[in-house]
Amino acid sequence: MGMTMSEKILAAHAGLAQVAPGQLIECPTDWVLCHEVTTPAALRMLEERGMDSVFDPERIVAIPDHTVPSMDIKAAKLYQKLKSWAKEKGIRHFYEVGRAGIAHVVLENSGLVKPGETLVSGDSHTCNAGALGCFATGVGSTDLAGAIYLGKVWFKVPETMLIRVRGRLGPGVSAKDLVLEVIRRIGADGANYQVMEWVGETIDAMDMEARFTLTNMAIEAGAKTGIIAVDQTTRDFLQARGVAPQQYTEYRSDPDARFVRVVEVEADRVEPTVAYPHIPSNGHLAGSDPIRVDQAYVGSCTNGRIGDLREVARILRGRQVAEHVRMVIVPATQAVYRQAASEGLLELFVDAGATVSYPSCGACLGMHSGVLGPGDVCISSTNRNFVGRMGDPSAQIYLASPATVAASAVAGYITDPRRFQTPGQTPGETDASR
Amino acid sequence: MPAARVYFKDHINTDEIIPARYLTTFEEAELAKHAMEDLDPDFVRRVRPGDVLLAGADFGCGSSREHAVWALRGAGIAAVLAPSFARIFYRNAINGGFPVFEADGLEQVFAEGDEVQLDTEHGLLRRRAGGQVQFRPLPEFAKRIAQAGGLLEYFRDQARG
Repeated sequence: MGMTMSEKILAAHAGLAQVAPGQLIECPTDWVLCHEVTTPAALRMLEERGMDSVFDPERIVAIPDHTVPSMDIKAAKLYQKLKSWAKEKGIRHFYEVGRAGIAHVVLENSGLVKPGETLVSGDSHTCNAGALGCFATGVGSTDLAGAIYLGKVWFKVPETMLIRVRGRLGPGVSAKDLVLEVIRRIGADGANYQVMEWVGETIDAMDMEARFTLTNMAIEAGAKTGIIAVDQTTRDFLQARGVAPQQYTEYRSDPDARFVRVVEVEADRVEPTVAYPHIPSNGHLAGSDPIRVDQAYVGSCTNGRIGDLREVARILRGRQVAEHVRMVIVPATQAVYRQAASEGLLELFVDAGATVSYPSCGACLGMHSGVLGPGDVCISSTNRNFVGRMGDPSAQIYLASPATVAASAVAGYITDPRRFQTPGQTPGETDASR
Repeated sequence: MPAARVYFKDHINTDEIIPARYLTTFEEAELAKHAMEDLDPDFVRRVRPGDVLLAGADFGCGSSREHAVWALRGAGIAAVLAPSFARIFYRNAINGGFPVFEADGLEQVFAEGDEVQLDTEHGLLRRRAGGQVQFRPLPEFAKRIAQAGGLLEYFRDQARG
């Protein structure tokens, strides 16, 4: 019986020739990613038990990102704890505020995590890194503590769901629409305890940024992780970050590997999709209902990359954010911020009437910089629209692609971005399609 | 006698169990004040120590925050029963020795405020006024972690050989 690529990675790490779904294994982890919200609790657990050591200071990456630059005194203490611990233990890869951004996006570009490796972190969007062909999954603080101390975690070997995507995504339709469509079909727990492995010509044609958006959202279907096999696009991406093919192992699923389910998607049929409140599986065609928005938010580990900001800029160019809308744009990392500046995107955003915030998880989880008030309606490029996720529990969150967020910001209500395929003319002009 | 606290809604997520705005602390007593706040602002006031939370499928989906387990435990919840659990919440509960059990048919037997008795030995939740539901036993591995006193104790014992 063949194995899936996830089973192969887990077997290789557990020192086993073969693993099968359902099997419990103790799995060494190559990398442990730490941020300031869930790590301090893990550190206290270790300190209380006299287990105050780290398995390998070279293999722990510490990046404060949820509450930074510290939004209040409590947050400042969490940041201080993470930093002082990193210094004390000689954690080599500690990223200071101003030199990082959202941990998952910093990590994917760091050249540290490589194909075939394992990664855990006290954050559910750790699955993001799976687009590199590694096994990456989110855990809680106790698992994180165990991983920091011993460099291993226990896993029940997950089954794998294969998602095969054929054809081309249409203009104005992106990876975010594709993943929202898949989650709409399979449900918010449709892949619970499973791996979502993405294959097919549509995936082959995607750049790495789009692939990260797909694997990032695996948790929104309940999955343990998302994963995509290495191809030349992955190799080139890594080479550009100083990682040569000899430094990693490429795994792919055997032809006779067992998949718990195969989901077939025709990319041409995917349309701009908006997940209505209060669950990411509640997908609808963008613009099918007249929903007035108060806030338009672009950012997060899901969709705060340079390609996302370019999509936003494509729509905002020559147009204005509607008068009653506040638009918040959050570049995912300092590198994205800098790139956006050098391309003139920040200037364009400001001219269009949007505010640009600093790299951080920010309002995606209702921490700061765009928190929603009672009754606010927000269209957002983030990953969750649960009650209270971005602020007040009575706020309404609609999840969408960066293009749909930008189009909705201009129109003032939730809008199909395909209405803005042609460039705007002059700033302030009323678009004919409005 | 402990009571059933009933929320038969599917996909109750960790943002509802403990909103992110309270994540700047990891003190159980402080988190407990806000348990389930965005789902039911009266939850904390009604729960008595030892009460059992009964929920819909996919309980605990979303964020990996173990704060969700701590908030419920801190509020006095002795166990959670649901048809299924989201995987990170489930492993967080196991790692911390917090009892969570998968069970079907809860909605047919229990209503809010019912007096209940949790019998982990026989895998039963009994309703004082009549009726019971069998829940699935914890996996063996989870029992070993519980016996050790939690995941970290389990790992520490292992490391010491």
